[in-house]
Amino acid sequence: MIEELGTTSEGYMVINIGPQHPATHGVLRLVMTLDGETIIKTEPHLGYIHRSIEKMCESLSYRQFVYVTSRMDYLSSHMNNHGCSLVVEKGLQVEIPERAQVIRVLMDELTRVASHELWWGAMAMDLGAFTPFFHSFRERETITDIMEETCGARLTMNYICPGGVMADLHPDFQKRVKNFVTLFKSKFHEYNELVTGNIIFQNRMKGVGFLSAEDAISFGCTGPVARGSGVKSDIRKLYPYEVYNKLQFDEVLETGGDSFARYMVRINEMLQSIKIIEQLIDNIPEGEFQAKTKAVLKLPKGEFYQRVETARGELGVYIVSEGGTTPYRIKFRSPGFSNLSALPQMVKGSKIGDLVATMGTLDLVIPDIDR
Amino acid sequence: MNNEDLKNKITELFPTATFEEGGEWVNFFIEPTEWKKAAGVLHNAEGLQLDYLFCLTCVDWKTHLSMVYHLSSSLHRHNIVVKIKLDRLNPEIETVCDIWKTAELHEREVYDLFGVNFLNHPDLRRLFLTDDFVGYPLRKDFEDPINMIKL
Repeated sequence: MIEELGTTSEGYMVINIGPQHPATHGVLRLVMTLDGETIIKTEPHLGYIHRSIEKMCESLSYRQFVYVTSRMDYLSSHMNNHGCSLVVEKGLQVEIPERAQVIRVLMDELTRVASHELWWGAMAMDLGAFTPFFHSFRERETITDIMEETCGARLTMNYICPGGVMADLHPDFQKRVKNFVTLFKSKFHEYNELVTGNIIFQNRMKGVGFLSAEDAISFGCTGPVARGSGVKSDIRKLYPYEVYNKLQFDEVLETGGDSFARYMVRINEMLQSIKIIEQLIDNIPEGEFQAKTKAVLKLPKGEFYQRVETARGELGVYIVSEGGTTPYRIKFRSPGFSNLSALPQMVKGSKIGDLVATMGTLDLVIPDIDR
Repeated sequence: MNNEDLKNKITELFPTATFEEGGEWVNFFIEPTEWKKAAGVLHNAEGLQLDYLFCLTCVDWKTHLSMVYHLSSSLHRHNIVVKIKLDRLNPEIETVCDIWKTAELHEREVYDLFGVNFLNHPDLRRLFLTDDFVGYPLRKDFEDPINMIKL
């Protein structure tokens, strides 16, 4: 039941964190029951940015609904579009040109780096360090510029569409990406010097917000949260799509299960993404960037499910089709929703200051949770 | 296990299960009264070990509601889909949040948007919508004259 704010009969204090709180990164509201500074109970209250995207998609055509999904997890908008495009292509049984596949993977990985950079800066800021935010945004700005040139937008890119991508790459794309890779590699050591090796930071992160491997599976955690607990969950490795099975990269695993392990997973994932970008940037095949598809798409009767790896974990798109031009029912299995469900257990019994460190490493994006 | 082996295994465990053809994974229907016991079996049975519930949702078919559970095994990496038909007027099903912990929030979401009553759920109340909201928006007959635009 919803606890009344104030003091309970046991003498516990019930307080609100959010929905307007800088450390919740959006409109997440947590009702906390506290014994002094120790957390007894955490209850997430959702729905402050619920737009009913699933209901909206039921009246949009298979070409239109893809664009709504950029507004779910706005930091991995390419991956959201990618998942939706893949599920439509699966239903239509369309083979997309290899050039489009490579472009899609490149865009995904650039977005992943950008998302992790924002997370890195914002998480350090939650813990009281303001400078890292500028360091990460310095590099992230280069990626958003690249996106702006090719996709026309800096945040909610609607570039990947059923059949391929919307337009061809900007002529400067390869040059700009190579410049970014050089810049990132020359600056990356600063990240570790500033934050990772910092003893104050390590003391706040190590042993905080522990999540065991069994719990990670039971709570349905995916992405860096599960990998920080040693659970293999990288969709790019387990159920490869596009050209991922031809690429050389490692699934980053840590066994600590605490906030520091999740932090290290994301830091190392940035390097793996850079590795993928380096393999592909000189090998973009020539050819069409879009497969020939009909103007009005109709999926055959049946059910289609596709999962992709976003920056936060596994996004599943489940479409039930009745053979019409619009989906009969669509469900987005968002990574943040399942990751959030583990939060109450992770912070139980710890101090309220550790809540921020734990929530920071979950990397929650609230529009993705509320949908 | 490939799909053929999975099918045999499931027929052996649940003789009443009926399969649905099509789709990339094994789809089968089970009675709502058997679900709770079946869920425990699916989670623990040797060779199946479906310990990861990656998607839980509901579909409104106008004549009935259909619960859809997507299950996967973190050990064997196979996937199956369990479907359960529910009465539309009085949808009731046992909760599985003690077997897969992620089900707690997912079931609240389904309760909120479809009105399915999960028996023995520890904390069943609306998740996204306000407590005084009337109706279940993802049902096909839901009408909202102010906010919904018909195309």
